[in-house]
Amino acid sequence: MKTTPLHSGAKSVSDDSAESVSGIAKTNARISRYMVSPSVLLLLVWMVVPLSMTIYFSLIRYNLLYPDDNGFVGLENYEYFLTDEGFGAGMSNTLLLVGAVLLITIVLGVLISVLVNQRFWGQGVVRVLLISPFFIMPTVSALIWKNLLLHPVSGVFAAIWTFFGAQPVDWFSEYPMLAIIIIVSWAWLPFAILLLMTAMQSLDQEQQEAARLDGAGPWALFYHLTLPHLARPIAVVVMIETIFLLSIFAEIFTTTGGGPGYETTNLAFLIYSQALLQFDVGMASAGGLIAVVLANVAAFFLVRLVGKSLTDKN
Amino acid sequence: MLNFNMLSLKQRRRLNTVLLGTLAWGVALVIFFPIFWMILTSFKTEIDAFATPPQLFFTPTLENYTQINERSDYFHFAWNSVVVSFGSTIIGMMIAVPAAYSMAFFETKRTKTTLLWMLSTKMLPPVGVLVPIYLLFKDMGMLDTRLGLVIIYTLINLPIMVWMAYTYFKEIPKEVLEAARMDGASLLQEIWRVLLPMSKGGLASTVLLSLILCWNEAFWSLNLTASKAAPLTALIASYSSPEGLFWAKLSAVSTLACAPILIFGWFSQKQLVRGLSFGAVK
Repeated sequence: MKTTPLHSGAKSVSDDSAESVSGIAKTNARISRYMVSPSVLLLLVWMVVPLSMTIYFSLIRYNLLYPDDNGFVGLENYEYFLTDEGFGAGMSNTLLLVGAVLLITIVLGVLISVLVNQRFWGQGVVRVLLISPFFIMPTVSALIWKNLLLHPVSGVFAAIWTFFGAQPVDWFSEYPMLAIIIIVSWAWLPFAILLLMTAMQSLDQEQQEAARLDGAGPWALFYHLTLPHLARPIAVVVMIETIFLLSIFAEIFTTTGGGPGYETTNLAFLIYSQALLQFDVGMASAGGLIAVVLANVAAFFLVRLVGKSLTDKN
Repeated sequence: MLNFNMLSLKQRRRLNTVLLGTLAWGVALVIFFPIFWMILTSFKTEIDAFATPPQLFFTPTLENYTQINERSDYFHFAWNSVVVSFGSTIIGMMIAVPAAYSMAFFETKRTKTTLLWMLSTKMLPPVGVLVPIYLLFKDMGMLDTRLGLVIIYTLINLPIMVWMAYTYFKEIPKEVLEAARMDGASLLQEIWRVLLPMSKGGLASTVLLSLILCWNEAFWSLNLTASKAAPLTALIASYSSPEGLFWAKLSAVSTLACAPILIFGWFSQKQLVRGLSFGAVK
């Protein structure tokens, strides 16, 4: 901030006060530069220190059970991690989980936000009910779904299946990954609804009305007007959900523990179990770095998709 | 004839509204059902909670709530959640607000890059740094301490807090702050007496979002705490071990753990969108 409009305005009144005002502005500008530094410094330390430690650990032999045996092993940890049978499973489970949850939350999110954008009785209450799952902590949603809803004997789903004369499904042993996907989708659907609902409110109503008068059907309206309008919020939902879904942990930790076998082990859980259950710090670090690289590849494309619009707003 | 047609069109529209409204209510009730069922189960006896088929009507009991301390020291965990959430939110705001002030009112060439870089730290998956953080905490004696969690939560929520405060400050005209300077206000007075009162609503929702994220965080709390500093997320996770049927009690504990955040969330849903989408959706 070199000169403020106030500076010239105040000058005509009195040189003295004008100088002090611009002086204050300059001082403030100088001081304010240092006000960013705590945030930047903290985040820099937060990124650099643990990450470089991860890199270092990934290159040495480091098992907490044999703490004295710390030789340099080069890329051996990566080799072990990448050829471990858990890696293939963890990788495909991660992609399956992210992909399926994204698909479910976006499709249902768009449909539901279009639906609740109409005027009807009790709209406010419906919105509150729809977004509620977002505020439930992951460990609660996982256990409530597992024990009260999906339980093969006393669960609500079992009761519905029995009512229709079907054999109740033991979700967590027959379709464990599907069960996890259902829980995570339920937890993240409100996020998509919340953002898309807000975006729907800025939809040009006159344009819609004009198109309707021109004889456009509801499907044409949706496809040619609503969907393009939602493109950006959908991209934002994809970006933020991907960041969080890549690291889903608590839902797996509290329900399946990654099993049976590797069936519900994603990368996050695999690395956790290598580090804190098998104490192989070296291999877990190699896995951690692979997860970081994966997240960054995803982030690179996602930020290019929406990142520009984040800061170009003003 | 024309009149009749218009009427039928109107009626058809009204019928549509009723049908769509009913559908919307149906969808909302299905999505809310698990929460409703959790609250309902919390008033059942353990035997009713495990009944087949599940019962909608039963004699309600407050037993689970009165016995909540019996299986585990509920208030100990709740207090940890409160301390950790509020602690990291207060510290985070004290670091984020000055940064946001500087970036919003004294923009430099690097401001936008810095903001995007801060956002990018959120993309670092926590497992990537789990091992070093765990070992560092172990060496420093910070495993299972509230201080440790406060530090981690402050760091992971800082980018969101800066972003949110920044977008709210951006809406305040610079002239207002300049007028304060004309009156000889110092930097601190300018922030304390002018900026903060003007952005009360926005900062309140920033605080709220941070509280919600801390309260529900369940990666670091599960990995870095055992019992002493464990918050509610970890307490609930301890119910996953199958050492008996405690579903009514699980429901009661869960209801208590989620109620404050749920109510917070209901009141602030509109403002939360901006923080959750980093200002990209308004």
